[in-house]
Amino acid sequence: MSTPTLEKSAASAESEAPAHLITVTFRVRRFNPEISDQATWQDFQLEIDPKERVLDGLHKIKWDHDGTLTFRRSCAHGICGSDAMRINGKNRLACKTLIKDINPSKPITVEPIKGLTVLKDLVVDMEPFFQAYRDVMPFLITKGNEPTRERLQSAEDRERFDDTTKCILCAACTSSCPVFWNDGQYFGPAAIVNAHRFIFDSRDEAGEQRLEILNDKDGVWRCRTTFNCTDACPRGIEVTKAIQEVKRALITRRF
Amino acid sequence: MSAETTTPATETVSLYDVDNPAPVIAPPRARTKKTPKSTRTNFELYGWLFMRLSGVVLVVLVLGHLLIQLVLDGGVSKIGFAFVAGRWASPFWQAWDLVMLWLAMLHGANGLRTVINDYAERPKTRFWLKNLLYAATVFTVLLGTLVIFTFDPNIR
Repeated sequence: MSTPTLEKSAASAESEAPAHLITVTFRVRRFNPEISDQATWQDFQLEIDPKERVLDGLHKIKWDHDGTLTFRRSCAHGICGSDAMRINGKNRLACKTLIKDINPSKPITVEPIKGLTVLKDLVVDMEPFFQAYRDVMPFLITKGNEPTRERLQSAEDRERFDDTTKCILCAACTSSCPVFWNDGQYFGPAAIVNAHRFIFDSRDEAGEQRLEILNDKDGVWRCRTTFNCTDACPRGIEVTKAIQEVKRALITRRF
Repeated sequence: MSAETTTPATETVSLYDVDNPAPVIAPPRARTKKTPKSTRTNFELYGWLFMRLSGVVLVVLVLGHLLIQLVLDGGVSKIGFAFVAGRWASPFWQAWDLVMLWLAMLHGANGLRTVINDYAERPKTRFWLKNLLYAATVFTVLLGTLVIFTFDPNIR
């Protein structure tokens, strides 16, 4: 019942790939401890719309080519922070990276994020990352009785820490930090960002404790202001700036 | 559709299977029970602040030093025993050199300490590299201080 034009386009789609599709090579870092102790590169050729995301490419591989490819993703819309990976050498969310933006004429390399133990393919052990997150007590701490209504805050007070509330804990920043690569003891940018979110919250009363934790030898003082974290953050948080603000708070508290 | 860049490990004789997986590479110094507890001191804060402040002072001291030694008044060819003796006759240059020696050595030693902390992976390597660094720093600072204070222009 369709018009002749539609019939024609449907017919051409069966015979050859539609014109908007391009051929892209995905070069994926594969690791399976049940087969080998070595990680290897594997190439996949895909016919894909350049306006699709890297995650769509990975789905295509997993669903149509090789079901053993393992990676994390949940919401696939840049909110859950599950699919941070190293794409063309840069930490990004696979679900927020369009193929046309990362030069599809060359092979697109996809690796697990660095500095964390690779469990399989693109899945890493996030435990050290979340350990550092827990260590900074990322929850509201107050004294006295609970108020009968919500804790009010002025718009200016809210604005103070607005940037660091955007964190989705994807670990793109922490796993882009060279200090974290070399020494997993460093708290890492993500933990400091989430400490910053409560240190500068006017309603919170444990800022002192958090500053004391970050004053430690593996705390903010190990930051070399490399700015890798700010570049890597898929939410556009000014991570290095937040770390510097914690440093300044520590110094002004002291002097 | 998939083209392998490397020969898959399954083709060769594999040492690993489902019941006997390969060991995964642990992150560098994962937090264990042996990991030292937090120190609760301000040492790193003071260290960080010292690097900034001494850096600013050293820009003046070192550039001034290089200018006097290498550029002004005939450049490097003028430097000799007599030139040094003449400069150290003045308490101003003695103080300049003393401050520069201490700040530069401590600044450099602290910088190297952070580099060792970053790159030495095993605790023992760390320990010995840092001990070597501290020994070299103390030796250089003490020797330099001794020379500045006991310098004798009439030595033969």
